[in-house]
Amino acid sequence: MNIPRTGMVAIVIVLAVVLQVAVLNLIAVNGVVPNLALVVVVAASVARGPQFGATVGFCAGLLLDLAPPADHVAGRWALAFVLVAILAGRVRADARRSPIAGLATVAVCSFIATSVFALSGVVLGDHALPAGEMLGVIGIALLWDVAVAPLLLPGLMALFERTRSRELVH
Amino acid sequence: MAKRLHPRISNLKGPSLGRPVTDDDGRTRFGRDRGVSSRTVLGLLVAASLTVITVDAAGGDDSPVGRARTVVGNVIGPIESGTAVAVRPLREAGGYFTRNDDLRADVARLAAQNSQLRSAAEQVSLDRNRLAELDGLTRTANETGYALVAARVVGMGPMQSFSRTVTIDAGSSSGVREDMTVLSNDGLVGRVISATRTTANVLLVLDTDSVVGGRLGSNMEIGFLRGRGVTGDRGRLDLDLVDNSVTPSKGDVVVTWGSQNGVPYVAGIPIGTVESVYSTPRELAKRAVIDPLVDFTSLDVVGVVVPRRTQGDRIVLNGSAKSGSRSGAQAGVRDGADEGEDNR
Repeated sequence: MNIPRTGMVAIVIVLAVVLQVAVLNLIAVNGVVPNLALVVVVAASVARGPQFGATVGFCAGLLLDLAPPADHVAGRWALAFVLVAILAGRVRADARRSPIAGLATVAVCSFIATSVFALSGVVLGDHALPAGEMLGVIGIALLWDVAVAPLLLPGLMALFERTRSRELVH
Repeated sequence: MAKRLHPRISNLKGPSLGRPVTDDDGRTRFGRDRGVSSRTVLGLLVAASLTVITVDAAGGDDSPVGRARTVVGNVIGPIESGTAVAVRPLREAGGYFTRNDDLRADVARLAAQNSQLRSAAEQVSLDRNRLAELDGLTRTANETGYALVAARVVGMGPMQSFSRTVTIDAGSSSGVREDMTVLSNDGLVGRVISATRTTANVLLVLDTDSVVGGRLGSNMEIGFLRGRGVTGDRGRLDLDLVDNSVTPSKGDVVVTWGSQNGVPYVAGIPIGTVESVYSTPRELAKRAVIDPLVDFTSLDVVGVVVPRRTQGDRIVLNGSAKSGSRSGAQAGVRDGADEGEDNR
């Protein structure tokens, strides 16, 4: 493990989670904000494959589960992010083909991640809302994630790729 | 946008995810855990997530996850506070873009409101005097006046998490503890569910897990308020009255009923007004929909109700002083006040 590289990935994760919680509520729609951590996970998975993506996803999800003001059962976002990382890693060859394909990947991942989180809440009886409300939130979240993805995805993917090529030079 | 892969590396790849081996896969594996199958790692990560969920769902307050939460809170909390302070001008910049027409409309509306309120105020001066007298008596009798620690909201949980919680920038170093009432100028906000040294998490009354004992202002009937979990314009609470025969009237104010020692809610804090009343054939009791007084989308400065004579690193506002002492702000300036709390 290369320490600067790991540190940079960690900074990206912390930054995404902090911005999401402390800053983005300025633009929240019914409390729903762009899920920056999810975009980071998708970018990691598409850029570097499911194994790296799932590791980033687990860390980002766990941070989102534990960082204040989270109150739900910990591990729910971690599970959701690991699953979408696996998915994004599987379709990464297609996702890189065009910007539209990348956006579609983010859209599908957003839908799946929020749904997995919602379903885990229903199973655990933890902060479950009526299904209609949940679908509304999932829909708004999807639109937000697709809206911010074009701004973030290229940069994040370039960043993750750069850390890799450095690693290979060593 | 993505850098093309370097062909030189392609011969270093290992076995792949049961798919045709491509440059991408080989590349990913190179340099890390080449001996371990990718699928094993993915399986382990899923299992790890499930383990964390199980441990946290099964464990009580002293589970390892709870400790991890505190540690993460201690680290991330200050970062969130700092970020919130840094972007505060951004939040206030929205006001600069208000258009002239909007401002004129605001002035007209406020002028109308002002004259209405002025006439109301003149009418109630007599009542007010009597009320002040009565209020003073009650307060001297049982010291129901409370002290407040002012705090600002620095983080708001995303709705994607389906829980309505916020982080405030006051923690145990300011005397804030679990199960303290949080209110704003307008009314009840929620209660503290956990506190780290410099931050605390507040469960809003809108959350589906939040239950508040409420009392109807007009007839003192009691009931329970449950959140619906939605903020924004649709943020509403459901009120179930204990007495089935009572029908709340529209516009009635609901205040907190209060519990012993003011934990977790002190009595008499306004929560909201009755918006509509409905009853379902299945249930005997009538339900009222409550429109909260607090605008949860723009929460900023809130107050945490702390025991009197709390000392911490923040100013404690002792709202209504006891007999003799002057009302107003009383500063408790002492650091590291973990032992500074002084229960009545």
